[in-house]
Order: sequence, then C-alpha cells, then structure tokens
Amino acid sequence: MNTETPTIELRGAAMRYDGVPALGPTTLSLGAGVNVLLGPSGSGKSTLLRLLTGLALPTSGEVRLWGEPLSARNIAPLRRRLGYVIQDGGLFPHLTAEDNVALAARYLGWAPSRIASRIEALRELTHLPAGVMARFPSQLSGGQRQRIGLMRALMLGPELLLLDEPLGALDPMIRAELRVDLLSIFRRLGQTVVLVTHDLAEAAFFGDRVILLREGSVVQDGTMEDLTLRPADPFVTRFIGAQSGPPPGRA
Amino acid sequence: MTRGWALAAIGLATLVAACRHPADEVRVGSKKFTESVVLGEILTQGMRDAAVPAEHRAQLGGTQILWHALLRGDIDLYPDYTGTIRADILHDPAGGSEDSLRAALARFGVGMSSSLGFEDRYALGMKAGEAKRLGVTRISDLRAHPALRLGVSEEFLNRADGWPAVRERYGLTHADVRPLDHDLAYRALADGRIDVMDLYTTDAEIPYYDLAVLEDDLEVFPDYHAVVLYRGDLERRFPRALGIVRALEGRISASEMRRLNARVKLERVPERKAGAEFLASTLGIAAGTPSSGRGRRIGRALAEHLALVGASLGGAIVVAIPLGIAAARRRRLGAAILAAAGVIQTIPTLALLVLLIPVLGIGASPAVAALFLYSVLPIVTNTMAGLGSVPAHLLESADVLGLSRAARLLKIELPLASPSILAGVQTSAVINVGTATLGALIGAGGLGQPILTGIRLDDMPLILEGAVPAALLALAVQALFAGLARLFVPRGLRGYHGS
Repeated sequence: MNTETPTIELRGAAMRYDGVPALGPTTLSLGAGVNVLLGPSGSGKSTLLRLLTGLALPTSGEVRLWGEPLSARNIAPLRRRLGYVIQDGGLFPHLTAEDNVALAARYLGWAPSRIASRIEALRELTHLPAGVMARFPSQLSGGQRQRIGLMRALMLGPELLLLDEPLGALDPMIRAELRVDLLSIFRRLGQTVVLVTHDLAEAAFFGDRVILLREGSVVQDGTMEDLTLRPADPFVTRFIGAQSGPPPGRA
Repeated sequence: MTRGWALAAIGLATLVAACRHPADEVRVGSKKFTESVVLGEILTQGMRDAAVPAEHRAQLGGTQILWHALLRGDIDLYPDYTGTIRADILHDPAGGSEDSLRAALARFGVGMSSSLGFEDRYALGMKAGEAKRLGVTRISDLRAHPALRLGVSEEFLNRADGWPAVRERYGLTHADVRPLDHDLAYRALADGRIDVMDLYTTDAEIPYYDLAVLEDDLEVFPDYHAVVLYRGDLERRFPRALGIVRALEGRISASEMRRLNARVKLERVPERKAGAEFLASTLGIAAGTPSSGRGRRIGRALAEHLALVGASLGGAIVVAIPLGIAAARRRRLGAAILAAAGVIQTIPTLALLVLLIPVLGIGASPAVAALFLYSVLPIVTNTMAGLGSVPAHLLESADVLGLSRAARLLKIELPLASPSILAGVQTSAVINVGTATLGALIGAGGLGQPILTGIRLDDMPLILEGAVPAALLALAVQALFAGLARLFVPRGLRGYHGS
C-alpha cells in the first residue's frame, strides 16, 4: 500500500441538498492513476466530484486535498493545482479557443511567451491543428471543444485532473478516437486522475481503479476485474449485466 | 476590461459636457405664450444694444416656473402682469395699490417696473356672429345660455381670479367646460367645436377671427398691467441692465402689443424680428437681428438634444450597470431597486420635471435629471436579466479555473450579459430621444423647442422642424446601437443564446 499522503482523502464526507441526502458519509483515499467513479444517475458520483472541486462543501465530514482540509478559505490556491473538465468542454462562448485555454494563466500573470509555448505543447498533446485556436467554441466540433476543454484544464500543469463525463456529449466515432488520446495523455502525464462516468465500457477502458456508487454510497471499490469476477453484492452484477448485453445463463 | 472602461469614459465625458457652467450674463425669461416671448425679445435685444450681455431663455412655462427661476437666480428678469402677481405669486387677489405690490415683492428681493403701457387682462370671447345671434354682449348674458360649450386654458380654469370667480360672481351653470390649450382653443372656436373661450385682451386673434369680447359687467377680472419683475441684485451686477426696462415703461400701448402679437402669430414673423422692429420704431434702437437660418437652428436644437440625451444616458449607464450587478447578487436589494425604479417610471414626465425645478432650477439640469431617472430602470433590469442568464456550468468552470469573483464578473459574466445590457441601454436611449422633447417646457432647449413654438404659433413647418429630426434621431440611435453591438458584444456571442 502507498504510505505517502494520498492526493484525495474523504473522511466521512456527506452531502445533503435541502435536507435530501445526495452522498452518504464516505471515507475514501484516491491516489496516482486513473480512478473512475462509476454509477447510474443519482448515485452520488457527480456530487462526489463537486466536493473535490470545492464547488460544494460537505455538510458533514471533510475532504482533504494533498492533506489539507478543503474550506472556503484555502479553496483558491488548491484549485490552481487541479484541472477540471466537464461535458462538452464548458467553454466560454465569448472567448476564442486560445483565450479559453490561456484565461487562467493570463489571470495569474504568466508572460505571453510562456503562455504561447505552453499552448503549443498542449495542442500537440491533444492532437489539435493550429488553425482551431483562433475559433470560437460555436465554430468547433464536439470533439474539438472537448480537446480545448482538456487543454484549458491542463494549462497550469495540474497535479490532479478531474473529468465529469468527458465523452458524454460526443458521437461514437469521435468518442472512440478521443478515448484513446485521453488514455495516452493520462499515461504520459502520470497525474492523479478522477473520471466520472455512467458507462461501464469507459470505466473498463480507463480505470486502474473503479469505484461503483449507488444511491449515495460506495458499493464496490477495486479493479474492473474485481467488479466482474468478485461482485460485492447483487447490484454490482445487475449493473454490469445491464451494460454487457444479455445476462449470462439466461440464453 | 477595456470595453467596460470605454463605456464608463463615454458616460463620464457626456456628463461633464452637460454640466458646463453658463457665462455670466443677464438671463431674460419669458412664459410660453407669444406676447411674453416678444417682450422677452425686446428686453434682451435692448440690453444687448446697451452692451449688456444678455440671453433670452424663451417660453419656459407658466408663472410658477418663471417665479421660482427668478428667485433661484436661473433668470434675472421676466415680464409678468400685476393681476397674475397678486393672485398667483402673492396669493392676495384683492391686492392693493401698485406701491403695496412693489413693497410685497421687495420682501422676496424682487423689483417691479412701472406698467409698460398696456393691460392684458382676461376676457371671455365668442364668434361675433354667434354672439349677435344669441344677443350676448356681456358675461351676464351667458346665464341665459347654459348649454354653450366653453374651452378655456388650464391656467384660467384653475386660477382663483379666473373661471371659478366668473362662475361664482355671474352664477353661471355651464356644464361643458373643458381645459384647452389657448392656441388650440381659437381653432376649436373657429371650427365651432366650442362656443366660448377665455381671451387675453391683446390677443392678435381677436380681430383675425372676428371675435366679440364680452363685457365684464360685474368687474370680476382684476387689472393686468404688463410689468417687468427683476432680481434685486440685477442693478449691482449689471448697472445698465435696468436702463432698457425704464425706457420701456409706458411705451407699449395695447394696440401696439396686439400688432406685435399679430406680426408673430398671424404673419409668421419671428419674435426676434418683431421685437427688433419695435425697438427700431419706438426707441430708435437698431438692434442687429442675426436671424439664424433653418439649418443652423436645427443644428443647434439637435446639439442641445444630443447633450440632454447623452448626459442623462451616460450618467444612467455609469449608475445603472453597477446597480444591476448589485441587484443580481442580492435578491432583496434587487427587489428594492426595481420597485424604486418602477415608481419613478410611473411619474408623468411633466410632473417629474416640475418636481425637480425647486431642487435643480430650470434649464438642462432638471431635464437631464429626469431623463436620467427614466433611463435607469431598463438598464438595471437588463443587466440583472443578462447576468441571471449566464449558465451555472460556466460560472462553475470559471470558479474551478481559480478566477476571483471580480475577475469572473469582468471576464465572464459581463461579456456574456453584454447583449442584454446593450439592449437595455438602447431602450433607454430611444425613450430618452422622445422624452427629451419635453425638456423645452423648462428651458432645456432641444428639438422640443421648435415643436413647442410651432404649437404656440400654429406653425406646422416649425413643428416638423423639431419632430422630423427627433424621429430621425430615434432611427439613428437604433442604427448606432446595431454598430455598438459589433463593438461591445464579443464576436463569439453572435448567434449564441446563453444556453
């Protein structure tokens, strides 16, 4: 087991919206590699991700990033160490692709030359042609928007990358292509990655570790192999079965 | 954020431009009827002839506006009538001698000249033929004809020494008494839409429309000698200014005044020229009358109009956008701001202008203030709506990128709200162009001036001289904002609907 401080630690973190529980008390450590939060909608996986970005603070328990308990006070410096990608990129429609990517670096006062060379490196990493950088989001394809969103998240060189359904809005061809590119980027950068999806195939493709959630609590936490061969309870079997064609033994 | 600063700079510049201080000169006021304007011209040109710098702030409105402007020092002198002074200023219609009147005015620091030589008292008039047919020669005779329709000026209708006194003393029971603009009343009388109207005894229209002036047999109407009211400090500030006033005392007869009124109202001679003719023939003063051409006249009115609209709109932009931002942040504050702005929006323009006079005097300041107040609501509402329509996931993206609240507002929220904010500014601008024409009523000038004068003189070309440029200006404002949208709304937002 890893003895260093894990990147992410949840200690009994729970979340309620207007009294309705969205995530039960959860204790969890996440470290290097690709951690997939898997589950159907309403399972609490997106809530968990919101707790990690500080977009929501837990109603009880605590969330630690790099050992520091997350609070309204230290959220700003901690956010500079993480990158966040949402469905369809979440790009600002009034800024060009380049301005979207450079926004945070400019805000922090990076020199223009440093920004330019960083953008160039990221553009090659994400396999985007130079021509797209001057375009506005509405002039980009879905796949391009998602790659720009990824560039924006990687701009400051984050130690932690959080992705919320990054492939959700894409058609199958582009999805397959981007999937391969994403994985190779994850491997090359070697950061801690947390990826939220409801798609079993995606979880299997990316996940070094897969955490399956249901109704606000963790059902199983392990490798994809664990989930398929050693399901923790009948829900795991049903969830896997539902996404893998007809359940075995029913033919 | 350069766009925001540019917007703020435009606002401030127009505001400063509007607040320029007037040069020190004698300001002659006049009420919004021809005789007063002609007398104002005679006084103004007479002073200029005596090398006293003078400006005529013509057709400012009614007695109250002129009197308060005089007390505040917005004007230095204006022509009025003894009956009006007793009833409307001193509220003592019975009054006393001219000396007691003078003493009463002195307590306000106001001086009064002797009579200029004519009286302009109230009278009632009918078409001469109609009067003869009904056998009406005196006001008493009206008692026998209670079905006659009366059209009288608003002021006459409400003045203690006007209609209420006549009705009571003569025991009149006429039910159809409607307030009507004095100039429109002549046309209504001529067209047979009313039967009786109030007159001023020097009205040019009396011979023109062949009207019978009914005898005031019970002597209800008080005397209305034309006099000049002036500030007590005028003589100290401009020692020669009162010379022309003294020179005019007793020099204008009633028939002379009726002739001057006819020159302007019926022969379409500008007041400026009629006044100059009088000065030349009576006092031997060859006052130069640089009568400006139509183009220059429109140009000046347009410039004044633009200054009113620009200053009020600029101020509103500077104030309303931050208010809209605050309102979008705090719901209760937002509700309070919207309620206050909504209340202001419901106050009729003329009422708002008159309400502002005690505070800001006459001229451009109260007009700009009123237009400013009207401009605030559309900009606040649209700023709120624009900020409210920014999708939550974009705000969260900005937050997670580590932008501060201020940076998020400047770089993300305001640009995304800019189409809506600009639409609000456009609404205010178009409303302002129209509403600013009413500024002429309180001496703010602008394109309302020719409209106002045109209505007074029943001069359609003159009305169009104000109305057409005002309409074109409204169109130009629309076009301007289409251009501004290109400048202020980020390119990426074209065709973007905030979803």
